[in-house]
Amino acid sequence: MLTRLNVASIYVLDKQEALDFYVDKLGLEVGSDFTQGSYRWLTVRVPGQPDVEINLEQPGPPLHDEATAEQLRELIAKGALSGLVFHTDDVRALYETLQARGVTDFTQEPIDHFYGTDMGLRDPFGNAIRVLERKTAAAATA
Amino acid sequence: MSREVEDLNRRLLRARDAMDRAYAEPLDVRAVAAVAYVSEAHFIRSFRAVFGETPHRYLQRRRVERSMFLLRETDRSITDICFDVGFMSLGTFSRTFREIIGETPSSYREGHGPMVAPNCVQMWAMRPRVAAATATPAESATQSSSFGEAGAAAAPLA
Repeated sequence: MLTRLNVASIYVLDKQEALDFYVDKLGLEVGSDFTQGSYRWLTVRVPGQPDVEINLEQPGPPLHDEATAEQLRELIAKGALSGLVFHTDDVRALYETLQARGVTDFTQEPIDHFYGTDMGLRDPFGNAIRVLERKTAAAATA
Repeated sequence: MSREVEDLNRRLLRARDAMDRAYAEPLDVRAVAAVAYVSEAHFIRSFRAVFGETPHRYLQRRRVERSMFLLRETDRSITDICFDVGFMSLGTFSRTFREIIGETPSSYREGHGPMVAPNCVQMWAMRPRVAAATATPAESATQSSSFGEAGAAAAPLA
């Protein structure tokens, strides 16, 4: 029986640029960051949730030959590959924080639904990110 | 070479996102092309190559998807819904809906109730499918400066 999701991978075009975005802008923290030969194992995670890590994977050697890497890069850039969904306790505050940090690529500003309030943005490479502030049980039945 | 392709794809995606955001506004293809920093003709051609359908067709199907959402989830009149999602005439809306979905908006409404799925999932998954080969020559024409339904005032796209 599986007990827990530990690591999920997303493709990015550049690990360092991904780190700048996911940590400095979005507010995640670094999970693992070590280099073995020419390969850098780099993960980020939500502060307070240490057991789920997002592996930031970059197309190219040693994982892919150049032709494969090129195909992947084109797919990333047209938004056809990865996506992430996060929860927050205040999506409107986060929206303002992200704007203040220079994030402009919002696909949807915060909107209220019966299940909560959400917004959408893209990372610098084209990956979709959704953020949801779930309606609490008390608020949902009020 | 590859960097150029990635960069163009990313900008086309940004333009597509702009259509997903502003589908309810009267959109001008020139304004959407400007989001991608390309000329109108280049935009239509490259959008089709990258996403498999013309920008016009993409937007039409986004509008139809949003109208299906409103037909399922609300009691608004079909005329109101037509304008809510960016069509400029009821005739165009009804004809486009029938062409794409195969039934009228009112018969679709009768057959479908609210869906148990977050809005983002519905937008992601419910836009009607199209095969690239079915886009008509008229839709791929590069002379048109509008999306057909758009009025004179094009919405500004940030």
